[in-house]
Order: sequence, then structure tokens, then C-alpha cells
Amino acid sequence: MSDLMIRVESLTKDYGPFRAVDKVTFNVRKGEVLGFLGPNGAGKSTTMKMLTCYLAPTSGRATVAGHDVYEDSLAVRKRLGYLPEDTPLYRDMTVLEYLQFAAEMRQMDPSKSPARIKEVGGRCGLTDVAGKLVGELSKGFRQRLGLAQAILHDPDILVLDEPTSGLDPNQIVEIRRLIKELGQEKTVILSTHILPEVQATCTRILIISGGKLVADDTPEALRAREKGSRYRLVVESNGVPKEAIREKLATISGVANCQTIATEAGALAFALDGGGTADLRRHIFRAAVDNHWPLLELVRESVSLEEVFRNLTTRDDDRPEEARP
Amino acid sequence: MNPALVISKREIRTYFNSPVAYIVVTVFTIVFGFFFFNNLFVEKQADMRSFFSLAPLMFCFFAPAVTMRLLAEEKGSGTIELLITMPVRDWEVVLGKWLAAMALLCTTLALTMVFAITVAQLGPLDKGPAVAGYVGLLLMGGSYIAIGVMASSFTRNQVVSLIIAFGICFALFLFGKVLPFIPDTFKPIVSFLSTDTHFENVSRGVIDSRDVVYYLSVIVVSLLLATTSLESRKWK
Repeated sequence: MSDLMIRVESLTKDYGPFRAVDKVTFNVRKGEVLGFLGPNGAGKSTTMKMLTCYLAPTSGRATVAGHDVYEDSLAVRKRLGYLPEDTPLYRDMTVLEYLQFAAEMRQMDPSKSPARIKEVGGRCGLTDVAGKLVGELSKGFRQRLGLAQAILHDPDILVLDEPTSGLDPNQIVEIRRLIKELGQEKTVILSTHILPEVQATCTRILIISGGKLVADDTPEALRAREKGSRYRLVVESNGVPKEAIREKLATISGVANCQTIATEAGALAFALDGGGTADLRRHIFRAAVDNHWPLLELVRESVSLEEVFRNLTTRDDDRPEEARP
Repeated sequence: MNPALVISKREIRTYFNSPVAYIVVTVFTIVFGFFFFNNLFVEKQADMRSFFSLAPLMFCFFAPAVTMRLLAEEKGSGTIELLITMPVRDWEVVLGKWLAAMALLCTTLALTMVFAITVAQLGPLDKGPAVAGYVGLLLMGGSYIAIGVMASSFTRNQVVSLIIAFGICFALFLFGKVLPFIPDTFKPIVSFLSTDTHFENVSRGVIDSRDVVYYLSVIVVSLLLATTSLESRKWK
């Protein structure tokens, strides 16, 4: 078997007349951490549910570790660890009981599972709450337990649906670190609509919008796709009207657009869009010096993933909805 | 351990970790006991017949009450997704749930053994009908519970599940009672469908293969329908 762990070919899912996932095709290689990105309702969860054999595709096919998700779903499920959205766990069990239950369901060797439960529990930071009821856990701990049950049987592939939703910033950092660690030995697919998350954890990004795949690339390549950069500068006005400054700034060669973004106590802030890839900071500085505007701040911001995301997904929303009966 | 057994183990633990098992078992033994001793003192006859004649009606309430949450709750809270994406076949999930409710039924029936012991103390207990009666109760209870599991698989709402299960169980029970009013042409069918008719045979001490086949068919068909309903998420 090659190192292709997941192979998805024109996967489609209809909910009645609504097409939730539309001919999505992608592959995931071993050791990749794939970020599945898209606005709410774009079809991320549906795709994941098909990969984990919870739903069957309307058409197209998907194979996980060489097994078809529909024909051979038991073999697929054995090699998968899945954390569904909102972490649905039995609330009437304790953390330890839940992990024992998961171990039994996974047919783990009863002589080895206690040690494994201990190891995974420690890794996910659950040791202190082992005796607590799941229903009494905070969202962060529930999420960790969800992750623990997903990695308990040491699966080759992890599918995590919004693993960091509802967590506080510290917990998010922790979970991300854990996912990154796991990504070194396993193939991970995670979905999110939080952009810094994919930047922090993923080696590859899929962007899905309206059920369609609109991008499939590394974070760097995606950013490079959107040309140009943005500059933010703050100057002391010294009584010069802001319109005059704005007009001067707009005449700098290479500046495509200039906007006033804020004025406060004699200082004016402007945002400049550079159309090309050239660095305009030198020219902006020169303009400031020539016109005797004390330059308080000058920052060059490269286009963020957020903008790429917004461009890709809103472009798609303009398209008429392709709902078929 | 088979996943079905793992699931039933978890469900049994849930029953006994929550008040459900205790309330249901207590209420049913009390109600059973009241009617049983009522009859015993009125008729002054030391036998189990009044107990067995009550059971079909009592089970119409018991089975839906203990099965309503089995699948409906999992569907409602979303835990079904995690359960079903583990390496387990759909029928194993259904079977596991059924077995758990059966365990609760057996607990309740075990407690009603005090009636048999009381009767045996008061006079010679007719062992044949008593043993056959308990076998019949297990079969009938199994059918009602299977119907309850099926109803629970249809919906994510426990109340809806309770009402569907009760409706079906009560209809099957009623078939036996309305027999005199049914036109002769339909009598054999209605009588065959009635759980009551089959149970009467068994509680008289006659274990007829026809009755056993009837109950087993109800169990198998209901559990298959429950499995199909669970699988319906995979319909394209």
C-alpha cells in the first residue's frame, strides 16, 4: 500500500434536494495534518461523517487506509479515531469508565488496556478527573476526553471535528500542541472555522464552500496566491488636513488604494494596499520625509489567511445555489 | 467480549446507576404484589394464576418505560454518532440494548419469585404452570421489549418512543380481549397476533412451539426493524 491514507473521489452527499457536499476530491498522505476549512454549513462535518462511516455518500467514493467507507466500513472504523462535533459523550459515566468502555468496544487486549488508558489519560491531562462524571466536566475536559477516546486504540488516522471549539485560549493552545504531536505519527484531519488554528497546526489546507472544494494547498502557498500586501502607517498631522495627506499617499507608485482608518489627537492612521509584490515601505517613508510628516508607525502586513479564506468563500457565495432534486 | 455485550453492560450500569431501575422495579413489584395478594385473599386459592393473568397488561407499561431511552436518548444527545463510528455492527447495537432491558426484566421477575415462594408456603405449588408461566413471561416480556427498542429507534424523542411502544404493545394485548367482537373471518388472524392468546396457553403450563415461534418472531422482526431504522442514516 502506498502512503495514501485517505482517498476521496468526487464524494457527494444530498440531504433531500439539498446538496451538502458536491463532488469533493482530495487525497491525504500519511503523516499529514489536514485542515478542513470553511464557513459554517459548508459541508465539513458531512464530509467527515462520510469518512467515519456514519453517513453513506450519495455518489462518489472514499477509501480510508485502502478500505472503502461504505463496503468495508468495519475495517475503516477499526483504523479511525473520531471526535465528533460537540463531543457527544455519555454523561452518566466517569472519565475512567468511559475510557474502559471505549477500550472494550475497540476490542483491546484487556491485559494491556489499563496501562494504555493510564498513558492516554496522562497525555490528555485527564489524570486528576478520572473519577469525575463526564456530565460534571467542563467543556475543556470533555474535549480532552473526546480526544483521549479517539486516540485510545492508537489509530493510524484521526478525524477531529472542531476539536478546539468552546475552549478557552489556554486550552486551545494545549489541544493544538497535542494535535501537532499526534500529527508526527498519525494522519490527522481536523475541521475548523478558526483560521489561526490551521496556521498553527496544519501542513495542508482544504477550503470548502457551499459543498465544493475551492482550495487545496499548503498554508504558505495559499497565502502566496493572493498578491500584494497592505501597509498601515500613522503620521502626526501637524495641522495638515487628512485629505491632503491621503491624496499624496495615493500618488506613490504602486499604491492601489489608500484609506484613512482613524484619527486621534493629531495623529492620522492610513491603510494602503500595495497592488504588486514590491515592498513599498521605502517609498512611503520617502513621501513622509519629503512632506515633513513625522512618521509614528509603519507596518507591512502580508495578506493573512483570513483574507484568502474570505476571498475564496465569498466568491463562491455569489454563485447561484446548486440545489438539485 | 462481543460489542453487543459491551453495550448491554454499559446500559445495565446506566440503569442501576440512575434511579430508573430502582423506581421501575419497585413500582412494578408493588403493583404486581397488590393485585396478586388481593386476588389471593379473595379467591383463597394458593396459585399463581392471578399473577400470570395480570402480567400481559403490566408489561404493556413496563416495557415501554424501560426501553424508551435506549436509542432515542442516544439519537437526541448525539452519542449515537460516537457509538456507531466505533467498530460495531448496527445489529450488535440493537441487540446490546435489548439484552440490557432483558436484564432489567429478569431482575424484576426474580423479585416476583417471592409470590411463588409465598404460594408454596401456603399450599402445594403447582410447579408446571409456574415454571411455564415464567418462561412465558420471559418470552412475552422479550417481545414487548423488542417492540420498545424498535419504537426507540424511530425517534429522538423519548416521549414519542414511549407512546409508540405503548400503542403497539397495548394493541397486541387488546387483540386477545376484543376477540368476541371480531367477525369470524378475521378471528384466526387477530387471535394469532394477540400476545395474550399465546400467553394464556403458556401460563396453563403448555409450552407449544407455535407460541414460542410467535414470540420469537415478534422479537426478531422488531429487532430487525430497529436495525433497519438505525441503518436508514446510510440510505443514499
